Amino acid sequence: MSQEATTNQYYIPKPSTWPMTGAIAIFFMGFGAAFTVNKLPIGYASLAIGFAILIYMLFGWFGTVARESEDGKFNKQVDSSFRWGMSWFIFTEVMFFAGFFGALYYMRVLSVPWLGDLEHKLLWPDFAGGWPTAGPGATEKYTAMGAWGLPAFNTALLLTSGVTVTWAHWALKLNKRSQLKWGLFLTIALGALFIGCQAYEYMHAYSELNLKLTTGAYGASFFMLTGFHGFHVTLGAIMLTVIYFRVLAGHFKPEHHFGFEGVSWYWHFVDVVWLGLFVFVYLL
Amino acid sequence: MAAVHHPDHGHGHEHEHHGPPSGIMRWLTTTNHKDIGTLYLWFSFMMFLTGGVMALTIRSELFQPGLQIVEPEFFNQLTTLHGLVMVFGAIMPAFVGFANWQIPMMIGAPDMAFARMNNWSFWLLPPAALLLISSFFVPGGAAAGGWTLYPPLSTQMGMGMDMTIFAVHILGASSIMGSINIVTTILNMRAPGMTMMKMPLFVWTWLITAYLLLAVMPVLAGAVTMLLTDRQFGTNFFNAAGGGDPIMFQHIFWFFGHPEVYIMILPAFGIVSQIIPTFARKPLFGYSSMVYATASIAILSFIVWAHHMFTVGMPVTAQLFFMYATMLIAVPTGVKVFNWTATMWRGSMTFEAPMLFAIGFIFLFTIGGFSGIVLAVVPVDIQLQETYYVIAHFHYVLVSGSLFALFGGAYYWMPKWTGNMYDETLAKTHFWLSMVFFNLTFFVQHFLGLAGMPRRVPDYALQFADFNMISSIGAFGFGFSQLLFLYVALKCVRGGKKATDQVWEDAEGLEWTLPSTAPYHSFETPPLVK
Repeated sequence: MSQEATTNQYYIPKPSTWPMTGAIAIFFMGFGAAFTVNKLPIGYASLAIGFAILIYMLFGWFGTVARESEDGKFNKQVDSSFRWGMSWFIFTEVMFFAGFFGALYYMRVLSVPWLGDLEHKLLWPDFAGGWPTAGPGATEKYTAMGAWGLPAFNTALLLTSGVTVTWAHWALKLNKRSQLKWGLFLTIALGALFIGCQAYEYMHAYSELNLKLTTGAYGASFFMLTGFHGFHVTLGAIMLTVIYFRVLAGHFKPEHHFGFEGVSWYWHFVDVVWLGLFVFVYLL
Repeated sequence: MAAVHHPDHGHGHEHEHHGPPSGIMRWLTTTNHKDIGTLYLWFSFMMFLTGGVMALTIRSELFQPGLQIVEPEFFNQLTTLHGLVMVFGAIMPAFVGFANWQIPMMIGAPDMAFARMNNWSFWLLPPAALLLISSFFVPGGAAAGGWTLYPPLSTQMGMGMDMTIFAVHILGASSIMGSINIVTTILNMRAPGMTMMKMPLFVWTWLITAYLLLAVMPVLAGAVTMLLTDRQFGTNFFNAAGGGDPIMFQHIFWFFGHPEVYIMILPAFGIVSQIIPTFARKPLFGYSSMVYATASIAILSFIVWAHHMFTVGMPVTAQLFFMYATMLIAVPTGVKVFNWTATMWRGSMTFEAPMLFAIGFIFLFTIGGFSGIVLAVVPVDIQLQETYYVIAHFHYVLVSGSLFALFGGAYYWMPKWTGNMYDETLAKTHFWLSMVFFNLTFFVQHFLGLAGMPRRVPDYALQFADFNMISSIGAFGFGFSQLLFLYVALKCVRGGKKATDQVWEDAEGLEWTLPSTAPYHSFETPPLVK
């Protein structure tokens, strides 16, 4: 196992305890989540322990990878493995969102109109089957979320952040470290602002529009799609922050910086998902 | 076990520091594709026995009409968990175990592309399995709505369902990481000269399988997430009163589920395509058509899902589309069957255990394929939906398909893995016992289904008694025959006639150029492929 000998050889890491640590974290989180949703007190503790171990593992594991990278252990072939790996990971994320978009289309185009058709008149005589809807059984009034206020502003925020991260990438390639720092900083700030706006929008929805997760098909698709997207933006912002600190620590070279690129790909991905959301959840 | 055979072999030139840590830590921390492959294989075999015990409990209850052994509620839990454990715990991890062992050896790579993540992919499985199995012991018991988890049943059950949902999430994460690893390894780690169209067919089938996994596992994760929020957080995805639709779950589930059945059979095709040429002593007939057929099957698998739901209500046009699309899959599958047959044609064949399993596979998988075409016909399916005919059909493709290929592959490569030949007589006995008892178990279920016996019911009308008794006897025979495999495998690990490097007289491929036992790191310097 002379894997650390030369950079010509493909780097194969030594045996590591991080994956096992992660498996233990997932063990606690899996049971913890199942118990928590059933309101068993032990669930919260288990979930918290699992989460703590996971955070510890993420720091340790990614820290190890960052050190290996800085030590020059990753040759061109390893770099291209990272590229394939990250691309296909993002593909799985696209498919995850595709499932929820598919649910939205199915309800809007098929099942909601069916509920309003002639066959269902006996059951729900007053239901017309339009969108947005809280369903034929809904009793509460609510207001749908408009597109041209905050959501349009959010679109501008995310699109701008896509520009700033690219600006930072150009800087990195030209070894302009100060522009790189500013570009990353602005991207993170725009991301954080976006998350803040989403949080405000959720509060607005709950307190003023009476639009909730439980508001039928519309509420479910609205909050699950925007919620998972917001969660991914949060992850992306955390990843960018890590990259920012690595940049401050002097990591990355003009010709070798996949850590940066992978995160920027991810950031563009959440950007594109948002455009889908803006069109299909807010606008139409 | 494999701890027994690895360390003593050593790696000649590496007197330095390396070699794996000893004892349990080796298995917990390993980044070696062979160790991880071994872990996958033993894990899947344990889950196979676990799911098997559930199956035998089911068959015990069905031995005679009337309720004898288990409560109906528990029976439903057993059928559900039997399916989940066999699909996600036994068959899929077993194929990943093969992928781990074989792909780096077959393409001339030093290891998998992401060796550490590979470890995590495996070690996520035991927590998920624990979640699944321990759900039997929580209030309300395990999930009991069938492995397909259809709402409204699955939105009503107790906490066992939540545990199942989180188990599926974890298994999905494991599969996704495993697939990313496999795709990257195949695309980026091939030895110089190993072009795509020179790759062994097992590698090809796994590449395509990994793509299927990447495309559909996230969709399954989304589906069970919607179940979870419907159950616990008041969303209305599957509730008509809220504008949702329980049938939507079936659409999303089967969008995952149908590619999933090919995920469980394509690597089996790959294994069979390795075995047949070796023992027919002829190159595989129609290599490139095999590759294209595999890809066609994978693409078609995305547009046939609703044939699982012909009776839930859909426009006739949709039924016709899904019927014809399904039948279309018979074409590339037929290409494969004919190619295997043509490979054997005028070959100088011998019938060692791997070949027996491969030929058994071709016979019985083809029967399962034909009953699949029968079920694809909408009016016929409306009669047969939810009957034992369906059970018979998918056990022909999953047991005598996937599982037989796994056994064949295990015997085929076991000498390479352990350095020893397995006991041929016992292995052949294992094959014949499996063959006879498998058909005893499942062939009669076609008749039961045609006569109208519904699946997932612990009791049945008297006229079904004889066939059920035969089926149960077959099931016990089949179940206990598998212990013979365990014995043969353990015996082979512990010793036996030393295997040569090539092992089989006419075996082709890079793995046979390595010593048996294969060295800890397969190809530190990549071989040149002509």
